[in-house]
Amino acid sequence: MSGQDAPAEEPRSRVSVTRWAADLAMGGRFAVTGGRESWARTIMTAVGVGLGVALLLLASSIPTAYELRGERSDRRAALGFEVDPKPGPDTIRLGQANTTYRDQDIEGLVMAPDGDSPPKPPGIGHLPHPGQMWVSPALKKLLDSDDGKLLRDRFPYRTIGTISHDGLSGPSDLRYYAGITHKTFDRVGSDYRIDRWGTKNVGKPEPLNPALLLLIIVGCVVLLLPVLIFIATAARFGGERRDRRLAALRLVGADIHMTRRIAAGESLFGSLLGLAVGTGLFLLAREIIGGIEVWGISFFASDIVPSTPLALAVAVAVPASAVMVTLVALRGIAIEPLGVVRNATPKRRRLWWRLLLPLLGMALLLPLAGGFGSGSGGGDMKAYQAAAGAVLVLVGTTALLPWVVEAVVERFGGRGSVPWQLATRRLQLSSGTASRAVSGITVAVAGALALQMLFTSVQAEDATSTGQDPTRAQLMVSVPVANGTQAHDAFDRYRTTKGVRDLLGVTEDYISDVHRSKDDPSSVPEEAITIADCPTLREVVRITSCKNGAVFLVDSPSYYGEGEGFAKPGAKVNLAYHDDGTPDLREKKVWTIPRSATKVKPRQDPGGGERTGIFATPGAFDVADLPDPQASAMIRLDPKVPDGVEYVRNASAVLSPTIDVMRLTSTEQSDEFTVIRKALFIGATATLLLIGASMIVTTLEQLRDRRRLLSVLVAFGTRRTTLSWSVLWQTAVPVVLGLALSIAGGLALGVMLLKMVGQPLAVDWTGLATMTGVGGGVILLVTLVSLPPLWRMMRPEGLRTE
Amino acid sequence: MSIGHTLLGLLEGGPRHGYDLKRAFDERFGHDRPLHYGQVYSTMSRLLKNGLVEVDGIEHGGGPERKRYAITDAGITDVEGWLTQPERPEPYLQSVLYTKVVIALLTGRDAADLLDVQRAEHLRLMRDLTQRKRGGDLSDQLICDHALFHLEADLRWLELTAARLGQLAKAVRS
Amino acid sequence: MTPAGSLLIATSLHKTYGHTPALDGADFSIHPGEVVAVMGPSGSGKSTLLHCLAGIVKPDSGSVHYNGRELTTLSDAERSGLRRGEFGFVFQFGQLVPELSCVENVALPLRLNGTKRKEAEDRASAWMERLEVADVAHKRPGEVSGGQGQRVAVARSLVTGPRVLFADEPTGALDSLNGERVMELLTEAARESRTAVVLVTHEARVAAYSDREVVVRDGKARDMAGVR
Repeated sequence: MSGQDAPAEEPRSRVSVTRWAADLAMGGRFAVTGGRESWARTIMTAVGVGLGVALLLLASSIPTAYELRGERSDRRAALGFEVDPKPGPDTIRLGQANTTYRDQDIEGLVMAPDGDSPPKPPGIGHLPHPGQMWVSPALKKLLDSDDGKLLRDRFPYRTIGTISHDGLSGPSDLRYYAGITHKTFDRVGSDYRIDRWGTKNVGKPEPLNPALLLLIIVGCVVLLLPVLIFIATAARFGGERRDRRLAALRLVGADIHMTRRIAAGESLFGSLLGLAVGTGLFLLAREIIGGIEVWGISFFASDIVPSTPLALAVAVAVPASAVMVTLVALRGIAIEPLGVVRNATPKRRRLWWRLLLPLLGMALLLPLAGGFGSGSGGGDMKAYQAAAGAVLVLVGTTALLPWVVEAVVERFGGRGSVPWQLATRRLQLSSGTASRAVSGITVAVAGALALQMLFTSVQAEDATSTGQDPTRAQLMVSVPVANGTQAHDAFDRYRTTKGVRDLLGVTEDYISDVHRSKDDPSSVPEEAITIADCPTLREVVRITSCKNGAVFLVDSPSYYGEGEGFAKPGAKVNLAYHDDGTPDLREKKVWTIPRSATKVKPRQDPGGGERTGIFATPGAFDVADLPDPQASAMIRLDPKVPDGVEYVRNASAVLSPTIDVMRLTSTEQSDEFTVIRKALFIGATATLLLIGASMIVTTLEQLRDRRRLLSVLVAFGTRRTTLSWSVLWQTAVPVVLGLALSIAGGLALGVMLLKMVGQPLAVDWTGLATMTGVGGGVILLVTLVSLPPLWRMMRPEGLRTE
Repeated sequence: MSIGHTLLGLLEGGPRHGYDLKRAFDERFGHDRPLHYGQVYSTMSRLLKNGLVEVDGIEHGGGPERKRYAITDAGITDVEGWLTQPERPEPYLQSVLYTKVVIALLTGRDAADLLDVQRAEHLRLMRDLTQRKRGGDLSDQLICDHALFHLEADLRWLELTAARLGQLAKAVRS
Repeated sequence: MTPAGSLLIATSLHKTYGHTPALDGADFSIHPGEVVAVMGPSGSGKSTLLHCLAGIVKPDSGSVHYNGRELTTLSDAERSGLRRGEFGFVFQFGQLVPELSCVENVALPLRLNGTKRKEAEDRASAWMERLEVADVAHKRPGEVSGGQGQRVAVARSLVTGPRVLFADEPTGALDSLNGERVMELLTEAARESRTAVVLVTHEARVAAYSDREVVVRDGKARDMAGVR
């Protein structure tokens, strides 16, 4: 060959191209016409590749989906600014009227146009007139359902239509726009004006927190690696039978290269079919995802569009990798005309390069310790380095698995019960098949575990203690009131609301000194005044005795030194304020702090706040004297009444459409983390199911190849249970080893990740237990699904060979 | 090879002249070795003497004497006995066995049964030989093996014939 | 021939697979220590007869009587138990568990019956010695010759001391020398322990190791012992 002259090269290469094409086409034909077994193999490959492709396409749609969703959210944003636009024909007065109904957040705006040409938000036909509202389809459904009965009372508006697709972030978006009169706005605490909808920073999301970025990178790796492993496994389905057919081809004169090309053609056909199946599955999943809501996030089916370069990459890489896997798998065997010769004594698996991978990964991650995202520059490089390191650790863990399985199984030595003996001996003979299937689980579990650790720790930091004490009160409401009487009325309304057991109501306002400040003549010192009855005062200041008429003082240490405040027993204070909220010293309204007022220490209220200033009982100070009071109610609910919160919210809506009822909890969590964590959990679950499916296929294939042996075992009286247990052990041993390895790898990676983002070490035991449980579930699932076919194959018909 | 039994079997289909008998015999069994007429004549006179056939009639003409023979009841019993008695298993039985199968088919008897019985006979001898082989030394074993292989060959032929009885019956009766 | 004193008697067995009748009124009987060859052309129903006799397959009708028990009325578990305890099996090929070593294969029926591993393998070794395959005890079936593998299978079929041994073309995959040696060892061992052997074969030289033969043709079995 090499001795040929250059001119001869040209035609020969053309010949070899046609040769290639012909052989590939022949392989494709075998995939179709090779009889039932060929079809089964092709279909299995196609389904495997299809599942993988669907998952990859979904993954590649995430950026677009978020972007489209974000764009719509941006377009309908109603942002208030420091300085409101002047009321004019094109301005709207707005109030944020968000509410919550049984843990579902509902976003709402109340609005009243100032003129004739107000801009309207996307998705509705016209601005709602007073008493009208537009609702999102999801909210309409909720309101129309039996579940939403209680919610209907909260909206004193007539529904005039549904918000269309343009104005929604997703199908499960709970949203309304309600029209109210300008008069009603008096009862709106914080109203503002806008002259246009939407925000300008479309497509410019703020940079993600580095820990989050790391989570997302590793998350993608954790999800995608098992899919690739699954595709690799799927391409090997039915390999033994294919090899026998290739041997038959060798007998009639095909050379080794031809058989390889034919095999490649066969798996190429299967994976091209898989590409089609995957596209179909993707379209199906898209419709399904378009209809469901997961943890408050939903997407329109039309949002889920894979980004073109990623989709193209999938379309090229998947078939190519299937062919690669086939060729690699063929390397280990020699297909001779008279049969398939496997390397009689399989090479012992070598440890060194398997260890090298995770070590290399660690070496990449170590320098990042403590420095990830610290703003020291090279952010992109660091992200790549982190991703590469994580991938190497995970891949390395997987690569170690076959070695570990082989090394461990070799030590079993055939002791134990018959099923155990059958299973371990089987594994000793061919641990590779088992390891391959399980390796997907290893990646998924190791990755998920590392992520869980990162989550737990990041979450622990992020879930700031609110200081709230839900044992003292469960709800807190701030009611905008015009005067003390209204505050009083509001408290009465809440007291009589169903489900409310008790209420601590405080009315607050500011008072000022009667003089300008000596140090800074431009300002007047101010102090808070809180009026409440004795039981309520006990919840906010530390007092031992209290009766109506008493006044207490708490210094605010941040402004003044101890005892330096102007609010002292016997001091005069000013109650008069201008409309813009500054003290009015010209037409002062003076009140004298009683000499009996005692100094006390503050106490954290149930809402976690500490109040300072003057605390007066109603007998000492008349709330009606307050110019611009703010009423706050801390509500204790009757635990026996279900939906107490909802009744309180409904009562609030009557007072003002924009009242926010706060539920007191001791900790709170960033939504961002919850969403990512849950998304990854879905992904991990889906991946594990995928791996389970491939294990089932492998197990069934193995059983079918041993059909005759099974029949013989039945002939001499083997019990079903014996063989069932052996299938269980056969699945369990590699899975348990895989889990052990992945726990080790996952912990190591987790530690590294925590070090990188500078978090304290914390092992997530629940995550560990969950993953172990899921692994066990996969074992059981595979066994259970394999049992019916196993029992079917144990019928004596298998003995009939003639 | 029992020419007498064969001729008797051929007569079961109905009375024939001696010459017809020779022709029928040659047609079915005498492919490479036609029967001499003298052989037919001497066999028939022996059968006549033993009362297995009788002269049905004589034609006188320009040629040799033409007797027409018919089988007697004793003759039928004799054929029956011949067919049901397995042959002693020995090499080169096929022409006898073939003749017997054809006669059985011609006379409407159960040829498969005949073959089964013959196989049982062969197997009996094979069992004896196998037994002897187990007890004997190497030379015994080799000799027995020789016989066993020959018997096995015959047995295989029996199996094959049994499998093709339907085909053969059609050919014989046509 | 006479059912009296028989260990296993089957009368008028019928079995149909799909629309193909495999057995059409077959009778069979065997005494303890007797070796009976079941002969007949391919597809005549030999193997089906064996499967019915061994309680692997339930006949559509007819009865199989073994040692005072009617097999056709036993549950699957009871029949499996019987096969484990009292029957032994040798097949033509594909019967050894490829991942177990030879001695483990031989010990398998004992272990299925609850015998401890050590004891089971000791007894297995003894039988392997008897069948002249002690040297391959720790090899896997894939590493031994066909003749050795078949002897291992015979050892396995005899290790439980079965009362009836069912052998379906036990020498089908062997050359004549190996085949005869296997048959010699098998029948010798069976006669010694008064094990009845049902030997399905189409080979005359294998059938010659039997005491009598039964010919199966068109789903009917014909006992040739009384025919003379």
